[in-house]
Amino acid sequence: MFGYFLRRILAAIPVMAVVALFVFLLLRLTPGDPAAIIAGDMATPEQLERIRVTLGLHQPIHVQFITWVQRLLSGDFGVSLLSNKPVTTLISQRLEPTISLALLTIFLTIIISVPMGVLAAWRHGSWIDNMVMSASVLGFSIPVFVIGYILIQIFALNLGLLPVQGFTSISKGVVPFLERAILPALTLASIYIALIARMTRAAMLDVLGEDYVRTARAKGLDEKIVLFRHALRNAAVPILTVIGTGFALMISGVVVTESVFNIPGLGRLTVDAILARDYPVIQGLILFTSGIYVLINLLIDLSYAFLDPRIRY
Amino acid sequence: MATSVERRVEPVVRRRFLPTIDVQGIGFAATLASICLLIIILMGIFAPLIATHDPILMDPTQRLKPASNAFLLGTDAYGRDLFSRIVYGARISLIVGVGAAIISVAIGLPLGLLAGFFRILDAILMRIMDGLMAIPSILLAIAVVSLAGASLWTVLVAITIPEIPRVVRLVRSVVLSAREEPYVEAAIAVGSSLPKVMWRHLVPNTLAPLIVQGTYICASAILIEAILSFLGAGVGTETPSWGNIMSEGRVYFQLKPSLIFWPGLVLSICILSINLLGDTARDLLDPRLKQRGGEK
Repeated sequence: MFGYFLRRILAAIPVMAVVALFVFLLLRLTPGDPAAIIAGDMATPEQLERIRVTLGLHQPIHVQFITWVQRLLSGDFGVSLLSNKPVTTLISQRLEPTISLALLTIFLTIIISVPMGVLAAWRHGSWIDNMVMSASVLGFSIPVFVIGYILIQIFALNLGLLPVQGFTSISKGVVPFLERAILPALTLASIYIALIARMTRAAMLDVLGEDYVRTARAKGLDEKIVLFRHALRNAAVPILTVIGTGFALMISGVVVTESVFNIPGLGRLTVDAILARDYPVIQGLILFTSGIYVLINLLIDLSYAFLDPRIRY
Repeated sequence: MATSVERRVEPVVRRRFLPTIDVQGIGFAATLASICLLIIILMGIFAPLIATHDPILMDPTQRLKPASNAFLLGTDAYGRDLFSRIVYGARISLIVGVGAAIISVAIGLPLGLLAGFFRILDAILMRIMDGLMAIPSILLAIAVVSLAGASLWTVLVAITIPEIPRVVRLVRSVVLSAREEPYVEAAIAVGSSLPKVMWRHLVPNTLAPLIVQGTYICASAILIEAILSFLGAGVGTETPSWGNIMSEGRVYFQLKPSLIFWPGLVLSICILSINLLGDTARDLLDPRLKQRGGEK
C-alpha cells in the first residue's frame, strides 16, 4: 500500500507542474507587453520598468520560468499591484471566512443530498425519484447568484428571519456565525447537492442490484440496515470521488456567493483583483485553489484504501 | 431493479453519421424545453424587431421606473428599458453557448482521437488535460479576461479553454473502447489508412456522446458567461448581456429586485431548457445510461 501512496503523491506533481506552466505562459503568450497589461492604461514608464524588473521580463523565457518556480517553491507568490502586500499574506488574511463557509457547505450538502439520492434509488421510478431528479436538474440550471438573491428576498427581506449580508467569525459564537453563514452556504450547496444527489442515486442503483443486497433482504434484515450499511457503504467510493471533483464547482461558486453576500473571503479577494486587474493576486489564487483541489482529490484517492478494504494496491 | 434485466434488444443497423432518433420517446418536459429555447433563439435573432426601445439608450428622466405600458418590465438605474435589454441579452448568451460548444468540440475531437490512438501522445496530452482540469474554470476564465481585456471574443476563448479537457477525455474513452472492436481491427488489417479508420469508424462512434456533451457545454458556457459579467469580468459593460443587467442591478436590489429576477429567470429557463434537451438526447442516443441516471 505504501507503494501506491507514493505513486499517487508523485502523480500529483506533474498536474501541479502543468498548472504552473499554464499560469506562467498565460501572461507571456497574451498579445502585447506583459508589463503594460499588468500595469494597466494609466501606468508611468517608471511603473512599467519596476514591473519588468520584478517579473524578470528582460531575461530569456526559460530563465524566467525557472526563477519563477523557485520563488513559488520558496513561498513567494509575488506582490499585489494594488496594495503592495505579498499575495500569500492577502490570501491567508481571507482564508477564514471561505474555509468556514466551505466546511458548512460540504456538511449541508452531505446531509441533504445523500439521503435524497438514497431515497431516489430506493424508490426508483417513483414520484420521489422524479422529484429528486427534477430538483437536481434545477440545481444545475439556476445560477448560484440567482438562488442567492431568491434566498435573501425570502428569508432576509420578506420574512426578516436572517441578516441580509455580511460575515461573523465563528470565534464570536456559533449562533451569530450560523445566522449569517446559513444562506450563503445553502446557496453554495445548491449545485453541489444536485451533483451529489445524482451520483448517490446512480451509485446506489448499481449496488442495490447486487446479490448481497438481495441476500440481506432475504434473510429479513431491516430495510434501513440494508440501505445504509450494506448498500451505501459499497456506494461510498464513487460518491466520495464526486465530492472531490465537485470541489472545483464549489470554488467557482465561492467567488459568486461571497460577492452576493458580501463576505470578506477569497471570493471577494478575487473580485477585487478582477476589478483592479491585479494579475499577481489572480495568479496566486489560481495556484492556491488548484493546489487545494489536487490535494483534496489526492486525499480522497488515498482514503479509498481505508473506506473499501477490498481495494488492495 | 428488475428493469435492468428487461433491456430492449436493438436491431443491428449500420451506424449512419447521425444516429436515428426515436421521436415518440420525447416527453412533455423536453417539448416544453424546446419551445422555451425556440422562443429565446427567435428573441435573439429578431431582437431589433421585438425590443420596444434602444437597449443602450440612457434616459436620466426615466430612472428605475416600474413596469408600465411604455416599459414592459420597467427601467434600470440609467433609464434603459429592461425588457429590450433582456431581449438583446439573448444574443450574447446564445453566441457564447453555441460558440463554446462548437469550438471545444472542434479542438477536443482531434486531440481525443490522437490521444486514444497513440500511447506516447496519450501520456503527455492527458497530463496536460489533468492540469487544466485542476484549475477552477471560473478562475481560469477570469485570468484570461483580466489579461486580454473584456470583449466577446476573449470571453468566448476564456470559457472554451476549460471545456476542452472534458471533450478530449470523452473522445479518448470512446476511442479506447472502439479500437478494440472487431470492425476496427478488421479495417486496420485490410490496410485502411489511419485517417480513414478514424474518420469512417471512430468519429461516428463519438458523435452521440459529443452531441450530449455539446449541449451540456452550451449550458455551462451560458452560465459562466453570466457569472463573468456578473463579477465584472465579462463582455464590456455597455453590452446588454443577462449577467451585465444583473450586475448593474445588484446595487438597487433592495429597491428594485426585478432588475435581478427577470434576467435571472430568463437565464435559468434558458439553461434549464438546454440541460433538459441534453438529458433527452442522452436518453434517446444511449438508452443504457437512462437507468443509471447518468452523470455530468
